[in-house]
Amino acid sequence: MSTYAQKKGFGATLWEYLTTVDHKKIAILYLIAGGLFFVLGGLEAMFIRIQLAVPNNDFVSAGLYNEILTMHGTTMIFLAAMPLLFAFMNAIMPLQIGARDVAFPFVNALGFWLFFFGGIFLNLSWFLGGAPDAGWPSYASLSMASEGHGIDFYALGLQISGAGTLMGGINFLVTIINMRAPGMTYMRMPLFTWSTFVASALILFAFPPLTVGLFLLIFDRMFGSNFFDVANGGNTVIWEHLFWIFGHPEVYILVLPAFGIFSEIFATFSRKRLFGYSSMVFATVLIGFLGFMVWAHHMFTTGLGPIANAIFAVATMAIAVPTGIKIFNWLFTMWGGSIKFTTPMLYAVAFIPSFVGGGVTGVMLASAAADYQYHDSYFVVAHFHYVIVGGVVFGLLAATHFYWPKMFGTMLNEALGKITFWLFLIGFHLTFFIQHFLGLMGMPRRIFTFLPNQGLDAGNLISTIGAFFMAIATLILLINIVVTSVKNEKVGNDPWEDGRTLEWAIPSPPPFYNFKQLPLVRGLDPLWIEKMEGKKGMTPAEPLGDIHMPNNSFTPFMISLGLFVAAFGALYREDYNWGILVLIAGMGITLLSMFVRSVKDDHGFHIHKEDLLNDDDKGGKA
Amino acid sequence: MKRLAKWRMISMIAIITLLLSGCGEPFLSTLQPAGEVAKEQFDLMMLSVAIMVGVIIVVTLIFAIVVVKFRRKDDSIPKQVEGSHKLEIIWTVIPIILLLILAVPTVASTFKFADVSEMDKKNEDGKTDVLVINVRASLYWWEFEYPNEEIITSQDLVVPTGQKVYFNLKASDVKHSFWIPAVGGKMDTNTDNVNRFYLQFDEQKANEAGDLFYGKCAELCGPSHALMDFKVKAISPDEFDQWVADMQSVKEPETAETPLAQQGQEVFNNSCIGCHAVTPATGAPEAARLGPNLTNFGERSRIAGVLDHTEEELKNWISDPEAYKPGNKMTNAYNTLTPEELDAVSEYLMNLKVQD
Repeated sequence: MSTYAQKKGFGATLWEYLTTVDHKKIAILYLIAGGLFFVLGGLEAMFIRIQLAVPNNDFVSAGLYNEILTMHGTTMIFLAAMPLLFAFMNAIMPLQIGARDVAFPFVNALGFWLFFFGGIFLNLSWFLGGAPDAGWPSYASLSMASEGHGIDFYALGLQISGAGTLMGGINFLVTIINMRAPGMTYMRMPLFTWSTFVASALILFAFPPLTVGLFLLIFDRMFGSNFFDVANGGNTVIWEHLFWIFGHPEVYILVLPAFGIFSEIFATFSRKRLFGYSSMVFATVLIGFLGFMVWAHHMFTTGLGPIANAIFAVATMAIAVPTGIKIFNWLFTMWGGSIKFTTPMLYAVAFIPSFVGGGVTGVMLASAAADYQYHDSYFVVAHFHYVIVGGVVFGLLAATHFYWPKMFGTMLNEALGKITFWLFLIGFHLTFFIQHFLGLMGMPRRIFTFLPNQGLDAGNLISTIGAFFMAIATLILLINIVVTSVKNEKVGNDPWEDGRTLEWAIPSPPPFYNFKQLPLVRGLDPLWIEKMEGKKGMTPAEPLGDIHMPNNSFTPFMISLGLFVAAFGALYREDYNWGILVLIAGMGITLLSMFVRSVKDDHGFHIHKEDLLNDDDKGGKA
Repeated sequence: MKRLAKWRMISMIAIITLLLSGCGEPFLSTLQPAGEVAKEQFDLMMLSVAIMVGVIIVVTLIFAIVVVKFRRKDDSIPKQVEGSHKLEIIWTVIPIILLLILAVPTVASTFKFADVSEMDKKNEDGKTDVLVINVRASLYWWEFEYPNEEIITSQDLVVPTGQKVYFNLKASDVKHSFWIPAVGGKMDTNTDNVNRFYLQFDEQKANEAGDLFYGKCAELCGPSHALMDFKVKAISPDEFDQWVADMQSVKEPETAETPLAQQGQEVFNNSCIGCHAVTPATGAPEAARLGPNLTNFGERSRIAGVLDHTEEELKNWISDPEAYKPGNKMTNAYNTLTPEELDAVSEYLMNLKVQD
């Protein structure tokens, strides 16, 4: 009930965040942690580009380079992009469907802390003998041969954080299915909610194969099994399949929510409803479905044979169709609209040509026979950075500016935001466009250096220069965040003035119970409908009454901490005698915490009607 | 109308081809194909690029109009349009047609490149009529075994031009990938199984590339993955036959000629021969072939795949391999050589030649 208190000391605030089960605070935790890992992954990217600026460079050594490139990929995918998307899903999705929280607030907190401890565990490898060095897919023959504990950190860290992600996905699914406000039918859900829904379904089906693969790797490396040991009848290609059955849907887990964010932004700043809403929903679902049918296109050169390659080639090409539908729908959302070029809208607009660039090279890569040339060359590096930076990172940056006022109650500086945008856009294309050609000119990926006189010098230098633009852009964004937070000029419900969906009907930031009375949804873009009828806010769907809220809990932190400790035990079990004890102790902490959670009755608390009435100025007028 | 569209397509392909074919070095670039496989892949590339550039042009056009024309001018509320079935159908059907245009040649080429049936046709000697080369990738070097000719070489692959060369590919430690960009796409060397494919080397293009193509490892395999290069000498069939005969003629390790080289041979026999063979015989089991075969070392193009082929670099390499290829298996596999021994063994190795 501490949530009522306004001014709190640092300790109290810290405790609040360690124990919170409020989706909005968990969103902030995801944003901070994901942001930190994003900066870390960005630093690793800079080291990569500095090393490759000139031929025969010795900025970093060969082994260290492999650690950096592995951690860059792993960090950016698992610890930056996904958590940052989770931040916005957590912050916005429940508001968009008119819910007071997610379905399982406790599990939500548990999901965050698992991700966080997994990420920390993985990154501690830097200080404990070296990071993983087998690339982010850690192909089994190399990861089995890798010395030291790097790969162990990878497998255990991802296992822990993956469990958190899986829980988050299930939580979002249940929330969207069960907790929509009266009148919020599936076909009235905003596109961001839809894409969260589909991405969560992908998480539900894609993470188990990764979990299985990682367990096999953990058993092989730490407990003496032989799943990937060819000499003992194992098979390394199985790892490739398990990894990519997860890995390809993972791309859509990342990009679909970004699509959702852009859909909101296009409609908002064009002052027009989304063009072809139902076909957008259909395309999102179809992309999610097809995403599971194409994993072997990552393995065209593995030697699966022409039948498999041909089938997966055609299936992969098919994904271009629903993606194309989306691109044209976005364009025609803007067509005939009244476009305001705010910072989020700039990202959204720039996203279209950038992402189309990544999309068309995706189709080129789908052509299996030609892919034998592209595969594992810099062409692929260029392609997936066009998709993941041009799609996902642009989406995240757009969302940061777009939803910042809703999450923190103050607007990021637009001038600085636009400077960040232009620097990032120029830097992005400068870095990655040339890499298509480097790949076609014969430059393999994941190389720590290259020899002169191969025609690769100029391209690599240009690429490195571009990377610095992006680094500067990121710095300016950080300055923007600091400046904005210090100024802290408060804004109202709908700071962009063109808000269409429910989240803009309540105060920024929303009160901890979100909606004083659940809103009545009368169509797509519910707030827009009310605005057009001259009303100021939503019509309530229920009388004012007591609101049931969950209590804060420290248990999620403890459950995750236990697994974190246990992971060290598993890792050092064969090196030191205390390893097994630590493993048991860690498991003990986790199981004990789970036991406490199970037996302790926690009924939550009620906010009483009278308190809500006194709380009038804090809004939630719906 | 249809003819116009076709003409546009062809001219677009022509323009793009012209623009791209200047890119890169002829011995390395996939954009200067030097063989049937690379050529067909290049054509497929150009077809897909042409289609994709077409898509980009359409999107860019709409994009430009939208961004210029529909900027906010006043506070009016635009008409809320739900969608348009006609447009939806157009941008669903047209991409499907474009993809079909690409899918048909893709599937055809995929099956064509996988056709290695010639490798299974054995004559009465149990050999194939076509040239087969067994490629074995190890950390960080390449072994090339010619099973029909019963010779082995390393690092420098020697092939005849103008005919299909079939490859059996495998790895002996971790997964690698066998790639000669200018001549054709890559295929992985797995630890689990043998992969098979073929390439063809074009004589004229080989001449333009200085008869030496660059080969690369395309799958991350450890610290020196970037340095796991090999070279391909593509020579005329006659020269190739001569080379094979020369290699086959080496039955016993050849005795060095100069006193220094003889001294070097002694050092070699004490320190190196445990891993490096100097006869091309295929008899020894793979597990015993721990390092590159050096039979024709003096005629190779690089030291360790990446260093210039000079005595100076050879000495540098032997005295500290770790400095040039981190993580290699040669480091610490032999006792440190004195400067005199180094001179001698280099002299010996540089004179290991089969083509006199």
